[in-house]
Amino acid sequence: MVALAAVARVAVAARVGTDMSDVIRVEHLQRVYHLGTVDVPALRDIDFAIPEGQMVAIMGPSGSGKSTLLNLLGCLDRPSGGRYLLAGEDVGRKNDDELATVRNARIGFVFQNYNLLPQLTALENVELPLVYRGLPATKRRRMAEAALASVGLTDRKGHRPLELSGGQQQRVGVARALAGEPDVILADEPTGNLDSVSGQEVLRLFLELHRSGRTIIIVTHDDDVATYTERTIHLRDGVVVSDGEVPPEQRRGLDDERGAS
Amino acid sequence: MLRESLRMAWRSLVASKMRAFLTMLGIIIGVGAVIALISIGQAATGSVTSQVQALGSNLITVTPSRGAGVTLQPNDVTWLQRVVPQISQAAPLLTGSVTALYGSKSYSTTIMGTTPPSLKIQGRTLTEGRYLIPSDVTYRRGVAVLGPTVVQNLFAGQNPLGQTIEVNGTPLVVVGVLKSAGGGFGANQDDVILTPVTTAEEITGTTQVSAIIAEARSSQIAPLAVAQIEAVMNHRFQNQNAANVLSQDQILSTLSTITGTLTLMLGGISGISLLVGGIGIMNIMLVTVTERTREIGLRKAIGAKRGAILLQFLVESSILSLIGGAIGAALGAGGASLMSRALGWASGVNTGAIVLALVFSLAVGMVFGIWPAMRASRLDPIEALRQT
Repeated sequence: MVALAAVARVAVAARVGTDMSDVIRVEHLQRVYHLGTVDVPALRDIDFAIPEGQMVAIMGPSGSGKSTLLNLLGCLDRPSGGRYLLAGEDVGRKNDDELATVRNARIGFVFQNYNLLPQLTALENVELPLVYRGLPATKRRRMAEAALASVGLTDRKGHRPLELSGGQQQRVGVARALAGEPDVILADEPTGNLDSVSGQEVLRLFLELHRSGRTIIIVTHDDDVATYTERTIHLRDGVVVSDGEVPPEQRRGLDDERGAS
Repeated sequence: MLRESLRMAWRSLVASKMRAFLTMLGIIIGVGAVIALISIGQAATGSVTSQVQALGSNLITVTPSRGAGVTLQPNDVTWLQRVVPQISQAAPLLTGSVTALYGSKSYSTTIMGTTPPSLKIQGRTLTEGRYLIPSDVTYRRGVAVLGPTVVQNLFAGQNPLGQTIEVNGTPLVVVGVLKSAGGGFGANQDDVILTPVTTAEEITGTTQVSAIIAEARSSQIAPLAVAQIEAVMNHRFQNQNAANVLSQDQILSTLSTITGTLTLMLGGISGISLLVGGIGIMNIMLVTVTERTREIGLRKAIGAKRGAILLQFLVESSILSLIGGAIGAALGAGGASLMSRALGWASGVNTGAIVLALVFSLAVGMVFGIWPAMRASRLDPIEALRQT
């Protein structure tokens, strides 16, 4: 298994710097927090690339730097060193408002606790990123309805979040991430607040999206979640300790009925 | 973006109606108080002004400074007319407190001894009978013209003409009744018994008049007449302040200064409550920003720029205070017009004050909303989303 992962890592590493279809490429990425007079390096020297259409799990124990990496990949934070190329564009030197525009156009966030606005309906929640893109109302509505349909919640579009089950709320969250046609869907422990059945529903949804060609990054500490992905990047103490493909025999597909442990 | 901000702000307010209402209450009370007090103040000013104007537009009142030992007799009226050509006519007012008796009724009032020109100088008219005539004065006749308040208190619906009343022991025959001068500003001009000045001298036991009233030949010439009267009085009594000489215009401007100041003061005091209302809005908006940290974090994560967040919260506080202002304006205007009606004043709701209050409440919402909104817009999405 270790050998296999190592082989895969070489294969992936070979692509870095050459393949222009990489949606995400990080080179010597560093993030240092300044706490008073002490510098705490959360990410030391990270290199990887994610080609378009891949479904990747980023894993690691708490304190490994995976939240820091998530914030950087999501353009919520800026690296202290190294480069982060998102769709070929260096986003490391942009200001807050420019980053907001990049997030709006390229990233679709899915959160552990859904983060839906309670006063808005499901459809309005899905529409929200498009509002900040400044799209006209009719176009917004059409795109949001399509996104809701793709997660199978067309009949719930007028419901408010509190009228929906946890699994349904998370599917609304996925629809919101999808609505803006982002380059990358970035999910942070998307099944963390769900029971195993709803959790699997959401993961199957990710699999479907993956099949339709979406790039999906799931940050998780749950090994079971990682079995749905084709590649796993393990972090520990701010460095990548392993990066490799999930062996096909361990992978779960859409027609896999095994339950999550 | 503004339209979207309006929609979002509206949704947030509707989601917490009770809190929105309580937040608005400060503005409602503030704006309501400003409008009501300014309107009432202006209605009062208008009412006072019209009452004073009704006294006769060219009226000049000469009050001798008794403290300085200056006294005037009724026949000084003739002297005054001779030395001050700017006045067309003049009359003495000799006043005293008296008790009038009719049948079993008794009423304490003011007697005013005067001469026939006083009716026109004071701009009054009669409802019944006749006024004093020159021969009443010459022959010291026991006749009286009553103010409507006196008639009401002594005769209670009976016709007073031809009846005899007893004033401090002197019988007087009622020959006329004054028309009401209306209102109740200052001394009641309807609570009076007018007699020939000669008769009043006998009843009160004095020949010193309390004032001489005169009519200027025109309103343009009135200031000149005032100056001339002051000059002759000062010269005659060798005193810089022999008499207090006031024209109608001066009284009017003094009064409007007083009422104007009062109106401003009332408006200012109620303006403070508007300020307090604004601080209330700021307080709630700060709480709202803290409460909605996650929402703000999410909005920023999915692409809201600083300006969009700033606008959303600014619009929210502005809507709050504008709606509060509108409700307050409606209540204040309603209260003012009810009060004006109750007091019989010309309706005094001031549209200028309403517009001003609305603009001001919008400004309050923006000024007191800007700080919370800036705090919201500066939130770091990472920190904001981490909160649970």
